[in-house]
Amino acid sequence: MSEEILRIENLHVEVEGTPILKGVNLTICRGEIHAIMGRNGAGKSTLANVVMGHPAYVITEGSIFYQGQPLEELAVFERARAGMFLSFQYPAVIPGVQVGTFLKKSVTSVRDEPPKGREFRKELTAAMDQLSMDKSFLSRYVNDGFSGGEKKRLEILQMLLLQPNLALLDETDSGLDIDALRIVAKGINQVAVDSACLIITHYQRLLDLVKPHFVHAMIDGTIVQTGGPELALKLEDRGYDWLDVTA
Amino acid sequence: MADEAKDIIGDYRYGFHDPEDSTIRFDKGLSEQVVRDISELKDEPEWMTNIRVKAYRHFVERVMPDWGNCSLLNTIDFENIIYFLRSSDKTEKSWDDVPDDIKNTCNRLGIPEAEQKWLGGVTAQYESEAVYHSIREDLEEQGVIFLDMDSGLKQYPEIVKKYFGTVVPHSDNKFSALNTAVWSGGSFLYIPKGVSVEMPVQAYFRINAKNMGQFERTLIIADEGSTVHYVEGCTAPSYSTDSLHSAVVELIAMEGAKIRYSTVQNWSSNVYNLVTKRAVAHKDATIEWVDGNIGSKLTMKYPSVLLKGQGAHAEVISVAYAGEGQHQDTGAKVHHLASNTTSNILSKSISKNGGRSSYRGLLQVSPKSTGCRSKVVCDALILDEHSRSDTYPTMEIGNSTSDLEHEASVSKVSSDQLFYLMSRGFTEDEAMGLIVNGFFEPFTRELPMEYAVELNKLIELEMEGSIG
Repeated sequence: MSEEILRIENLHVEVEGTPILKGVNLTICRGEIHAIMGRNGAGKSTLANVVMGHPAYVITEGSIFYQGQPLEELAVFERARAGMFLSFQYPAVIPGVQVGTFLKKSVTSVRDEPPKGREFRKELTAAMDQLSMDKSFLSRYVNDGFSGGEKKRLEILQMLLLQPNLALLDETDSGLDIDALRIVAKGINQVAVDSACLIITHYQRLLDLVKPHFVHAMIDGTIVQTGGPELALKLEDRGYDWLDVTA
Repeated sequence: MADEAKDIIGDYRYGFHDPEDSTIRFDKGLSEQVVRDISELKDEPEWMTNIRVKAYRHFVERVMPDWGNCSLLNTIDFENIIYFLRSSDKTEKSWDDVPDDIKNTCNRLGIPEAEQKWLGGVTAQYESEAVYHSIREDLEEQGVIFLDMDSGLKQYPEIVKKYFGTVVPHSDNKFSALNTAVWSGGSFLYIPKGVSVEMPVQAYFRINAKNMGQFERTLIIADEGSTVHYVEGCTAPSYSTDSLHSAVVELIAMEGAKIRYSTVQNWSSNVYNLVTKRAVAHKDATIEWVDGNIGSKLTMKYPSVLLKGQGAHAEVISVAYAGEGQHQDTGAKVHHLASNTTSNILSKSISKNGGRSSYRGLLQVSPKSTGCRSKVVCDALILDEHSRSDTYPTMEIGNSTSDLEHEASVSKVSSDQLFYLMSRGFTEDEAMGLIVNGFFEPFTRELPMEYAVELNKLIELEMEGSIG
């Protein structure tokens, strides 16, 4: 059996007193790509955010383990330093902070050793080339005035540089045109080979490019069905009503 | 000279074993006699003595400002202040007297100990003396005069007499009156016609030779078509046992001249920093104030520009950081006194740990000044629930052909920003530091590189809560 990276057990989560997740179970091992699909409001983004440690989400029951360790013991930055990464659906704007400075500092804080100037430059250039990002990105302010597609590319660029053990991708495909989607998918595939990957998406189109090993359908805060790639096609084709026992 | 002074003053407080090199330090308190004594001790021309005395009389009569932070202003005990120190006095202090937190801050900012000692007021010597001399020679070749104000008065009395107090008259406010009465030190800078000084002129170097003083007086005259960038201050905390700093800065930009005046000050938290900075811009001249205020108990400072000639332009970019127990009451004033004059004001403030920052601005367009344009932007960032920010903008527009914009924003650091940065490996303090440095960036990028780097570092330290 391959190495377990993430294990979620009977997870219940509330936001401002409203229950969102109602008993989620999920285990992801290294080398596996999992996709979670579901309607808006099903709790998909909540799952990604709570795993990363967003303070607005309160765990009322159940546990999350990262590499066998209970996550509640780790602050958000410690999770990042332990190799967890969340690609945000809506990345925050940090005015006045240049992308280049931000990336260097972030990589420095996550890696045990701060990167050497020239080597980092090289690595950065290679990753940016791969994502067809112009050098001018580096002197822009983090997500400030970025288009939806530019924001998502910057998220993937960070993922390439931080080389996480666990990559949580929250609707990384939304707002991307088909060319950008291909570029982003290539980046995900590259990281996914050697990490555990959880993709949250509404659409099949990303899953055409990043082949999931497991697809989970989430309805009203629980995973109601798990299958292979064929489940995603079925959901795309038939929607969620056939799964929805309460409908 | 020193013996004579002894007779006049009658009392010394600290060591003067060698009468030729004695430390002269007045008793606490102010009187007309003290003002006359300062002038006599400095061997000043009579006209300067008269200016001082007149200013002193005005100071006595003048009431305290009834705006700003009155309750703090009224706690100033003018009788408990020493109004004159000879420069050599600074060397009397011991490195051990400098508080540990300031030493620690200096260490963490990476400021070498030799420089730290100077900053702590322990020594007036600094290794870069050689650098200073070579810069000065460069300047001298171009005909630039760069002296401390006392030497300026001695060597160029006719220039000083012509301009001193013309931009900030002694009667402007209580503190300009006080400064005019007891001023000591500061810079005197004259740029001849058509000369562009390429490197920033730094008071930093000059100050090593002379004590900065609490009541420094700076006068900069840029003659027609000349350009200069003057930089003063330092991001390391300026430790001062004396609680009142009250400077006056006067800038005069002749036709087509450009003066940029950059300051970053970080006063220790016992200091009242009450400074009058004002500039006159003649036809097609440009004045730029770049002003950073960190530390102090109370700062009241509003760099001003009188746009006197057609086509003159003013830029005022300022940042203020108010931490625990601190009130930064800062802003800008621009008077459009001629047609087709333009101005930009950008003010950024941060309040943290119960600190208070206030923007106080005045924008005035006289009725006859047509076709003026001005843009004022004030942004405040409040870092916690205990802190406060206020905005007091005043606009007096005398005609309908002028175009004015005013934008103000007050924001908090959002939990989404913090979470985003923390998910990238930053601790909460580091994330806060990054956000604050980003907020200050429009200011920081205007500074010479070494100041910008120091300021960013200082903000990071402030965010760690490791310094007060």
